[in-house]
Amino acid sequence: MTKPKTLFDKVWDAHEILCSESGQSLVWIDRHFVHEGSFHAFNKLRERELSVARADLTFGIADHYVPTLTRHLEDIGDAKVRGMIEQLAANTREHGITLFGLDDPRQGIVHVLGPEQGLTQPGLLMVCGDSHTSTHGAFGCIAFGIGASEVAHVLATQTLWQTRPKKMRLTVDGELAPGISAKDIALTWIARLGADGARGYAIEYAGSAIRGLSMEARLTLCNLSIEGGARCGMIAPDEITFEYLRERPFAPRGEQWDQALAYWQTLQSDPDARFDREETLAAAEIAPTVTWGVSPEEALPIDQCVPDPSRIEDAARARQARDSLDYMGLAPGQALTDVAIDRVFIGSCTNARLEDLRAAAEILRGRRSKVPGIVSPGSTQVKRQAEAEGLDVVFRQAGLEWRESGCSMCVGMNGDLVPPGERCASTTNRNFKGRQGPGARTHLMSPAMVAAAAVAGHLADVRELSGAA
Amino acid sequence: MEPIKTLDALACPLPRANVDTDQLIPARFMKEPRSVGYGQFLLHDLRHDEDGRPVEGFILNHPQAAQANTLVARRNFGAGSSREAAVYALVDYGFRCVIAPSFGDIFASNSVNNGLLPATVSEEDAETLLATLGEAPGSLHIDLEAQRISVGDLSIVFSIAPTWRTKLLNGWDDIDMTRQHAQAIQRFADGYSQQYPWFDVTVTAGKIISRG
Ligand code: SF4
Repeated sequence: MTKPKTLFDKVWDAHEILCSESGQSLVWIDRHFVHEGSFHAFNKLRERELSVARADLTFGIADHYVPTLTRHLEDIGDAKVRGMIEQLAANTREHGITLFGLDDPRQGIVHVLGPEQGLTQPGLLMVCGDSHTSTHGAFGCIAFGIGASEVAHVLATQTLWQTRPKKMRLTVDGELAPGISAKDIALTWIARLGADGARGYAIEYAGSAIRGLSMEARLTLCNLSIEGGARCGMIAPDEITFEYLRERPFAPRGEQWDQALAYWQTLQSDPDARFDREETLAAAEIAPTVTWGVSPEEALPIDQCVPDPSRIEDAARARQARDSLDYMGLAPGQALTDVAIDRVFIGSCTNARLEDLRAAAEILRGRRSKVPGIVSPGSTQVKRQAEAEGLDVVFRQAGLEWRESGCSMCVGMNGDLVPPGERCASTTNRNFKGRQGPGARTHLMSPAMVAAAAVAGHLADVRELSGAA
Repeated sequence: MEPIKTLDALACPLPRANVDTDQLIPARFMKEPRSVGYGQFLLHDLRHDEDGRPVEGFILNHPQAAQANTLVARRNFGAGSSREAAVYALVDYGFRCVIAPSFGDIFASNSVNNGLLPATVSEEDAETLLATLGEAPGSLHIDLEAQRISVGDLSIVFSIAPTWRTKLLNGWDDIDMTRQHAQAIQRFADGYSQQYPWFDVTVTAGKIISRG
């Protein structure tokens, strides 16, 4: 009898070329995404006169610096921003790499585009020079972010040295209450275990609440694995996964589909597989959650008050809370629903897929936003679909701007910024100091919660608007 | 890459937790070529006020900070983005080692790939080091072979993955190491595409060529 294996180990073992004496594995990479920020890696190749080993498994995507007001390079005022997009086009052209560029109807944020095009599939090992590559694990593949030196290494060899991480299973059983989304599951576990709580682990999300999530919600959940410090997050593929993939442009077809499917169906942890750590969450206990501080671990259910550092016993934690409240301009003990906002942002690889836009639009339909804001769909395809459903009209009528797809205000590299001192309710993934612009204050939450905050002008409980309470 | 055996120089105390990569280098500087020197961007928005003036009392504005090669911080250092630019900023500033109770995963491997030692100590030991240094850069001795940090009578053990330690001690570069295995890689790739033929990318939809 063979030893029972976790899903992670099954996929890892299929990719292990060799294991060094010191315990590092050389693993094969199936898909490698590069974006504008990958220029350091291309420069490194050039310096060493190396070529790209497998251009056919490498894909270029313009997302981090793309403008959301135009699809034309010549309209970009900032020469450096324009240069970043041109540089990616030049590098991919030079090495014969397929590019999903600014003018491509398939363009989108890398972690939205990969699944949408069927490039992301169960059982693959995928990397990208972006930490939210963990997103793709929703299909039962191993996917993680790497730095520029590693990007250069993958370009040159199509392999990577990695230490096999420990395995943690996070089981969420039960039923989520109405109005509770994958974002709330993620913020809840990160608040509980800490922003470095899963460091050194590959997470497998399991349990009935996870099985019940749509493909898009699973992507949101796996996306945020990195915010809890995990190496990657994954979910065993099932009918929902296969249905999503069928007929996608890069998905296998015909006989190859049948072969692939037979293999994919074996991709789950064996019943007796041992995990290094087990954590559980009860779905019923998860409430709509928002962040109040400057780390994703500083999150609380919307009906709570921000902490009072003078009541925190642990000195280090108290100091951290004081520093966070100070940056965020909040008073100790203030009710979250009393926190007034200046703007909203609906976008990013975390929460800008079609379902996310639908959830926000449902709340905004027939209502007005009290604050300005931007909606940037996760991909150009998502934008088209949303427009076909009339969601753009809902957002516009609510007073929000309907923009093109890109990373936009998630990171502000393209110039979409939250002004200093302003407070933004955002569907993104990081509330770090200055993440959305110098001095910007970010509160993370689900798309429906951002919509509720827009309508109220302050952080608000979506359940009161949707009648779910 | 320059090997590290021991480090003898000044260490800067940075008594903060969750110093993420967005703080280490704000995104707006990442359009710059490396040749401009990324040290000027390190912790830029903590070092400067809104008007761009140096913040008094911030450790990197201390007159001796420029001579420091080690940074001591609290937990979860380098969490967040995979941007290697965060490591470039530290290295270009002159740092060769960061001591903290925990590191962002990707940050730590980026560090090693640039000859920067991520030395993990217990939270208690980090606090002791911070308290010893106080508010100014102070001398530390770091021995990578022995995995020890010493200052005066104090001696603290740090941990680092054995493979990373070997790489840093020898100044090894991964690409060179990997290329020695070219045959094994080729053999693997051949068997692999037979076993999983659908893993190879075929575009079944009309191919769109993008101009950028
Ligand atoms: S949307 Fe934000 S998190 Fe996602 S890839 Fe872009 S910058 Fe990274």
